[in-house]
Amino acid sequence: MQDLLYFVQQLINGLTIGSTYALIAIGYTMVYGIIGMINFAHGEIYMIGAYTALIAITGLTALGIVWLPLILVVALLCAMIVSSSMGWAVERVAYRPVRGKHRLIPLISAIGMSIFLQNYVHLAQGSRNIGFPALIEGGFRFGAEDSFQTSITYMQITIFATTLVCMTILSLFISRSRIGRACRAVSQDLGMANLLGIDTNRIISATFVIGAALAAVAGLLLGMYYGSIDPLFGFIAGLKAFTAAVLGGIGSIPGAMLGGLILGVAESMTSGYLSGEYKDVVSFGLLILILLFKPTGLLGKPEVEKI
Amino acid sequence: MASHNLKHALFCAIVTLIISYPILGFNLESQGIDVTLEGAETSTVLGVLLAAVIVFLFQLFRDNVMGSLRQLPAVNPLANRKPMEQSKRLKLESTLLTLMVIGALIWPFIASRGAVDLATLVLIYIMLALGLNVVVGLAGLLDLGYVAFYAVGAYTFALLSQYYGVSFWFALPIGALLAALFGLVLGFPVLRLRGDYLAIVTLGFGEIIRILLNNMTSLTGGPNGIGGIPDPTLFGMEFGRRVKEEGNTSFHETFGIAYSGEHKVIFLYLIALVLAVITAIAIRRLMRMPVGRAWEALREDEIAAKSLGLSRTAVKLSAFTIGAFFAGFAGTVFASKQGFISPESFVFLESAIILAIVVLGGMGSQMGVILAAIAVTILPELAREFSEYRMLIFGAAMVLMMVWRPQGLMPMRRIHIELKRQE
Repeated sequence: MQDLLYFVQQLINGLTIGSTYALIAIGYTMVYGIIGMINFAHGEIYMIGAYTALIAITGLTALGIVWLPLILVVALLCAMIVSSSMGWAVERVAYRPVRGKHRLIPLISAIGMSIFLQNYVHLAQGSRNIGFPALIEGGFRFGAEDSFQTSITYMQITIFATTLVCMTILSLFISRSRIGRACRAVSQDLGMANLLGIDTNRIISATFVIGAALAAVAGLLLGMYYGSIDPLFGFIAGLKAFTAAVLGGIGSIPGAMLGGLILGVAESMTSGYLSGEYKDVVSFGLLILILLFKPTGLLGKPEVEKI
Repeated sequence: MASHNLKHALFCAIVTLIISYPILGFNLESQGIDVTLEGAETSTVLGVLLAAVIVFLFQLFRDNVMGSLRQLPAVNPLANRKPMEQSKRLKLESTLLTLMVIGALIWPFIASRGAVDLATLVLIYIMLALGLNVVVGLAGLLDLGYVAFYAVGAYTFALLSQYYGVSFWFALPIGALLAALFGLVLGFPVLRLRGDYLAIVTLGFGEIIRILLNNMTSLTGGPNGIGGIPDPTLFGMEFGRRVKEEGNTSFHETFGIAYSGEHKVIFLYLIALVLAVITAIAIRRLMRMPVGRAWEALREDEIAAKSLGLSRTAVKLSAFTIGAFFAGFAGTVFASKQGFISPESFVFLESAIILAIVVLGGMGSQMGVILAAIAVTILPELAREFSEYRMLIFGAAMVLMMVWRPQGLMPMRRIHIELKRQE
């Protein structure tokens, strides 16, 4: 019984982290699906989202606003607006001029952008990690009083709920809206979509904006969940999210969700049963194995190389 | 000035404000567990506003500005010059390289101790960049975990000397070979992957190596690193004031000169110089051998190269292994120079810096890569007052370079034969 409770606890923790990975992974997978490049700076956009949210929360608290939902909604909106603008600007400055060149060139440009953004926040806000207030406290507990108790915190529930809402909106947006339809068309065939009168530049910008907005949501949620942020925390989370995207099949949105959840669970199981220090090793090891045996990922479509 | 220009300019200016004002305009101050918000200095706020205005004006007059920029090359006297003849260029390049080596040989005897130390670091970066140049520049494989092989070389020497008392000269080939072995073992499975996947897998591999070094505390000392790595010896002569190992003599006593700490620094520098020259020459020869041509053929067109009978795996693997080998070389020298190593020295940023050197210099071009290694290592030292902006400028330079001059400062030029037109 106790083992089962422990297992359930790890599962809950894993799904919590995993759903935020999935949110970040959407940004990678949409961009990759459309222009076939790894947006290396995406982790930094997520980090900037977390910083903006913290700035907004601190500012609102200083103004004397205590009603929690208002604080959260305003912080979320601020983070999404700043991150989306950042995503748009990054694409405009660093990726559009190099689009269509040799595939190493956009990637190196993206690495440069990532270093630039990391240091931009580092210079503006200092390199120390800053405490993120735990706004949502408390939770449910299961199990006998004197032994191991499984707990679900309200924070975890918030993360699940927010992720679910975001994913539903995104799915509806992609499948129903005009821009979503255009997105799918562009990812199938950019040249053809262009010929049919779709403003592809606009659609590419839109994918960056959507990805960045979701990353900002993840930034706020993970910032609250971990309780502190620093300018470097985007890098490793970005890497994890990319792993999740590849795991699920890069270019596929349901794949990114699935990949994020699997990765999160794998990680929390490692920290729960082996050692927390090796969880990064496990996730990168998982990435290498997936790429070796099923390079298209779990839900990805095989790619045909044409001459 | 069309109205859509005005709209676009306004939009760009607002975006500039949105992305810079919240981050730059407010400072989060943490006191204990409390976090407070403070407004930034007026100058920062004014700077942000100025940036928005500049973006607005630039976007508004974009067509005019770009138009006049296009006129500029006509003013540039170098723009229309004919490319130098091949024989002339080769001669010039070899003269330059010889001059550089001679200059490098004289350098330690005229420069200060700190300058020689810095020059050693430059040489280590040159070795690393030349090695990565084979992988990225020639074979076109994006390796983002190159620093892992550097770490393997450095840790091999540190561990061998700590546990078995192995000297520098024995550890040098072992470290390089072990790094090459790592390259071979990693390369075998992953080289089937396409470009971007390869980049991420190598990045993951680099991180795995660093995490392992950090956590295998009993073997590697974890984050505390390994200290007390011995200096290299010259035919059994040590460079310390006193002889540490039985049977060795000390350098200053053998030659009957006064002890000076500089001898060791100069000796290490000369070792690094010799190794860097060996690296450069070895890769230069390799480039002209069939295997070197195969690298480039595969980079240019994989399918065509395959249909001409080249084995994709063998060719890629050779590039990967040779690159790793030279990283191992550099790692051993680095461990010996520092006397102390820890996982801190082998982070992803280091890989990114080496990659940036290769890209800045011009992928595939040895001369360019050497010059870029010198520039990237020395410029931050010269501009110490800007040291906190170093990485910011570095990242921006990488982006700008890709946008404006993706072929690098000195693009590679292949040796070729030109047929003269008959009169």
